[in-house]
Amino acid sequence: MKKWSSLLSTVWLGISTHKLRSFLTMLGIVIGVGAVIILMSIGKGATAQILANIQSMGSDLITIRPGASFGFGGVRGAGGSTQTLTIEDAEAIAEDVPYISAVAPSYSSNLQLVVGSENTNSQVTGTTPEYMAVNNLEIASGSFFTEYDYQRGAKVAVLGSSVKETLFGDDDPIGQQMRMGTIIVRVVGVLESKEVMMGGPDDAIFIPLTAMQQTVAQPKTAQGQSVVSSVSLTVSDEKQTDNVIADITSLLRTRHRLAPSADDDFNIMSTAEIAKTISETAGTMTLLLGAIAAISLLVGGIGVMNIMLVSVLERTREIGIRKALGAREHDIWIQFLIEAAFLTLSGGIIGVIIGWLVAYFVNSMGLMTTVVTADIVILAVVVSVSIGLFFGFYPAWNASRLNPIEALRSE
Amino acid sequence: MIKLEDITKVYPMGKRELEVLKGITMTIKQGELVAIMGPSGSGKTTLLNLIGCLDKPTSGHYQLEGREVSRLSGGELAKIRGQKIGFIFQTFNLLSRLTALANVELGMTYAGGVDRKRALEALASVGLSERVKHRPVELSGGEQQRVAIARALVKNPTLFLADEPTGQLDSHSGEEIISILTSLHAEQGITVLLVTHDANIASHCQRIIHLKDGEITAGESS
Repeated sequence: MKKWSSLLSTVWLGISTHKLRSFLTMLGIVIGVGAVIILMSIGKGATAQILANIQSMGSDLITIRPGASFGFGGVRGAGGSTQTLTIEDAEAIAEDVPYISAVAPSYSSNLQLVVGSENTNSQVTGTTPEYMAVNNLEIASGSFFTEYDYQRGAKVAVLGSSVKETLFGDDDPIGQQMRMGTIIVRVVGVLESKEVMMGGPDDAIFIPLTAMQQTVAQPKTAQGQSVVSSVSLTVSDEKQTDNVIADITSLLRTRHRLAPSADDDFNIMSTAEIAKTISETAGTMTLLLGAIAAISLLVGGIGVMNIMLVSVLERTREIGIRKALGAREHDIWIQFLIEAAFLTLSGGIIGVIIGWLVAYFVNSMGLMTTVVTADIVILAVVVSVSIGLFFGFYPAWNASRLNPIEALRSE
Repeated sequence: MIKLEDITKVYPMGKRELEVLKGITMTIKQGELVAIMGPSGSGKTTLLNLIGCLDKPTSGHYQLEGREVSRLSGGELAKIRGQKIGFIFQTFNLLSRLTALANVELGMTYAGGVDRKRALEALASVGLSERVKHRPVELSGGEQQRVAIARALVKNPTLFLADEPTGQLDSHSGEEIISILTSLHAEQGITVLLVTHDANIASHCQRIIHLKDGEITAGESS
């Protein structure tokens, strides 16, 4: 204990003698660690936000689109570009595959919408009433169209929040009429905003699929079945997601009469899978950001080495005196090593605090979502101490190897 | 106490070699007060450094308190320096950032641990009780050298090595330092070896060893 306290006071002496120099050395580490914390927290925050968006679509959602699956190798049609998925497929899935709570086929097309002098072009999705529950949509005012609307092909529409904003402003659109392509529809509901990225339900309009078929010429397959652009469904038991996907795959392959060697002419994605892919990608991005910030930490480490070398040179005589008084090489080595580690640890701790505060304010001012996790903090502190030990090693070794006689003679 | 046998020390000087000590043989007994005199470049300081275990001889044998130390490792030599040997230098070699007290405590850091009470006692014994909180720049040369003596004294060394301890002091302060050393020798029986070229200082010693060109010319035995 006594030994440590005298060692620490020795180290403190070395650091406190040149306060400005120690501070500047520390600053390099402060900036490095701070940058790592801030960038990593931004990366983690972005990941968390994207995942939250996906979760808002419903974690049990599975979407089937026509066309080959996304991937590399070979020439493939873009997803949705082929016309292989039909309403009958959706019905067969609902009937034959277990653990499915609801199925909603949909057919989308971009149509011109006109209300008075306002007009916009928007994606119109014809679907079934189940679509709302399947896609986790919520109604802000009015209601979604009903099974009855669907059965009779009622020309009613539910607006996404952005579309409503564009066409009606602050007016209440419920009950109002609007022109949609060649037909007139009546607005029955407005959706709650999802606040997700572009292309979400905020920018869309939903009408019964039966009404859609009267508006646009819905393509048909050679067998005369109505083509849909996607089928979304929810599983009743999330543990069965993989089984459900497998069952749907084999059912659709049979229905589409695909040879065993042929690729699927549809692709199935579950939100769980998308979330996994995105969080992997985002994790890589976060790591990349961290690595860029780590470069400044490296530069800070070189600064520490620089200063320690100068410090050893300057204190040659002190080292000689200590040696004459009985200090072993080991004692001198430890002294300078601890001094370097102390500088970087203090810098690291200050950097964590500053990085954390900046991340906190960026988040609370709503500029960006940031998440500071314990592992980033621990990593930053451990790395900063390691930098001290690594870059302090050579200067400390230099100091310990000094010949006491020559050291005493130096000025 | 100290037994040197045919000690040589050769320094490489570029391509040539400089033979600083050419076969020194001498004995110093426990409790002696010995002066080493000689002109500049005669090897006085080199000899003192060897005796003080700061350096190793190129050849020859050196026994300190009956133990052969000429071939010990650096770590073991450091241990001997820490426990047995008190150095006093011409230029004092105090740490300017530390107070007198902290400088004295530094003497104990590598010799078993700091004991503030002992440090204060050591400063009192050299008459500096009033100046423990002063830094070297606030002290006169004589006072600084007394702090250095306290620093050496505090770990109870068996051997005091003083390299021109009065070289940078006026004659009055020099006399003070010598009287402290002689009284330490008389009262505590510490073996004192001092290098000087001041015959007046050397006259206080029991024995004078003369060194010239790396060889002893007089006084190798008492």
